[in-house]
Amino acid sequence: MESIDVLMLCPMISYLEQELQRRYNVLKLWTAPEKSQFIKDHSATIRAIVGDGGHGADAEMIEALPRLEILSSNSVGVDKIDLKKCREKGIRVTYTPDVLNDEVADLAIGLILAVLRRLCASDRYVRSGKWKKGDFKLTTKFTGKTVGIIGLGRIGMAIAKRAEAFNCPICYFSRTEKPDTKYKYYPSVLELASNCQILVVACSLTAESRHIVNREVMNALGPKGVLINIGRGPHVDEPELVSALVEGRLGGAGLDVYEHEPEVPEELFSLENVVLLPHVGTATVETRKAMADLVVGNLEAHFSNKPLLTPLV
Amino acid sequence: MASDQATTPPPPPLPEIQSHDLSQVIVLHPPPVFNYFMDLFSKKFHLLKAWESPLPLHEFLTNHAHSAQAMLCSGTGPSISADIIRLLPSLRLVATTSAGLNHIDLTECRNRGISIANAGEAFSEDVADLAVGLLIDVFRKVSASDRYVRHGLWATKGDYPLGSKLGGKRIGIVGLGSIGFQVAKRLEAFGCNISYNSRKRKDFVSYPFYTNVCELAANSDVLIICCGLTEQTRHMINREVLLALGKEGVIVNIGRGAIIHEKELVQCLVQGEIGGAGLDVFENEPDVPKELFELDNVVLAPHMAVFTTESFKDLCDLMIGNLEAFFSKKPLLSPVMNE
Repeated sequence: MESIDVLMLCPMISYLEQELQRRYNVLKLWTAPEKSQFIKDHSATIRAIVGDGGHGADAEMIEALPRLEILSSNSVGVDKIDLKKCREKGIRVTYTPDVLNDEVADLAIGLILAVLRRLCASDRYVRSGKWKKGDFKLTTKFTGKTVGIIGLGRIGMAIAKRAEAFNCPICYFSRTEKPDTKYKYYPSVLELASNCQILVVACSLTAESRHIVNREVMNALGPKGVLINIGRGPHVDEPELVSALVEGRLGGAGLDVYEHEPEVPEELFSLENVVLLPHVGTATVETRKAMADLVVGNLEAHFSNKPLLTPLV
Repeated sequence: MASDQATTPPPPPLPEIQSHDLSQVIVLHPPPVFNYFMDLFSKKFHLLKAWESPLPLHEFLTNHAHSAQAMLCSGTGPSISADIIRLLPSLRLVATTSAGLNHIDLTECRNRGISIANAGEAFSEDVADLAVGLLIDVFRKVSASDRYVRHGLWATKGDYPLGSKLGGKRIGIVGLGSIGFQVAKRLEAFGCNISYNSRKRKDFVSYPFYTNVCELAANSDVLIICCGLTEQTRHMINREVLLALGKEGVIVNIGRGAIIHEKELVQCLVQGEIGGAGLDVFENEPDVPKELFELDNVVLAPHMAVFTTESFKDLCDLMIGNLEAFFSKKPLLSPVMNE
């Protein structure tokens, strides 16, 4: 059987690289000295792209690959893919929903607890020897606090389910009200922020949701409020976030994503009420393997003319 | 003497509530709540503050606490030993701000008919929350990767190593009391499977029950220590139990440091015999074995599971409530039953 050329946009876990290399001829874009030249050189043969949450295909790349049939993304976030262009050209797009809902939701709760109960700050306190000089300060309780979720999709629902086990009242904002839930709906993010103590960003990144958490929203959340971002960096106006935290207008933040990863605003490094994670929402051995299996499984289905496992386009 | 009738005499001054009108409460060492709420106690009770006296403790008690019927204590400070109790002939109540009772000579209290009130369930939720927070932190490397970012390593060294999935893991709860039950309830929502070991089987749950902690460990991916410290539980978690838990196993301790054999725990962690630990308590606080500082799979907390403003305020109200009930001969709010 002829070997199929698959363009891989960035390094991924070795399990995924190995599974792809067993089946296809993998072209590793990041090893090329000149990326656009590399694409030109292989444009006649590339039939598939494998990307991830941070690396997708824009219109230019899609146009440069006339034989492209499918883009299989190792992520559930697809904001880096020009979906409109893919639809126009009949290119299939697959992603990895559902296998990571629990993982991301677990981390969201982990971030809430780490911020409210100052887990990272107190771990530093012990390691630095400060405990010998005196007790750590009082922190604030999580159980019973109102949690507001932006985006009540699969991940948002998984977060709500966990927060309910901590007796937290749940409210949310979504593009449309969900008829089947008992949680309280607010028609705007500003109203949501004014009525909750912990605000969690769990929606997808689109043109409409960019900077959905802005200065006004952060002021409404307030000096005792906590912002948790497990969505995408651009959901939050980052410079405004930094000044809100530094000035004490916002009570705290737990961040897994940033506007320009891996850059993280250094002003945040000295703040005890902030937890900073390096985009690890899905970063467990088990979930990355499940995602990888979907990436490969979708490609296999496509190239054997079977129905795609998790198509988006 | 004749009073001047031209002006009415001023009303007599209201009697000031002298501290000696208030009921006496002996306090050997200030409980942590006093750092924030001592005034609330001082307004209602005459606090005999042994720690402020230059006298040695025994002398202070003999000279000043003869009539004290109630004591307020905590897990910190001198143990409420038989020796101390014998110096307090009027003592009828020991109120401790902790849930734990290991610092009180319970036998001596029982023999003398001294009632005990503790924190009851005032902070079970906060302790359970911390246990879950520590567990997620260990599994998902929250504190370790926060350190990584703060040291600027994400930009230079790339992604942090992968963590481990919590959902579907088998959680073994050691001690299914108020705190253990709250932990179980929370972790069920994460898709975990709960089993437990306790002094007695609990009829109100359907979780699998193990009669011994080693068997629980052998059938669990995680052990969470939620029991009290007694002669039976001291060093109950030893090398044997840890080896049964296994190389991927994680232990979380929000009970008392001495429930775990600390030297053996450190050895197992350093040698990779278990996968990680989240610890809020230690055998010799505030000393923490320095070998643990080298380990990224260990999360350390300074015995702060109850240190929230909400818990401290609730605890304060509860202790004042217990003391008021005692002095007005009403039932205690959170009595410890003799088991």
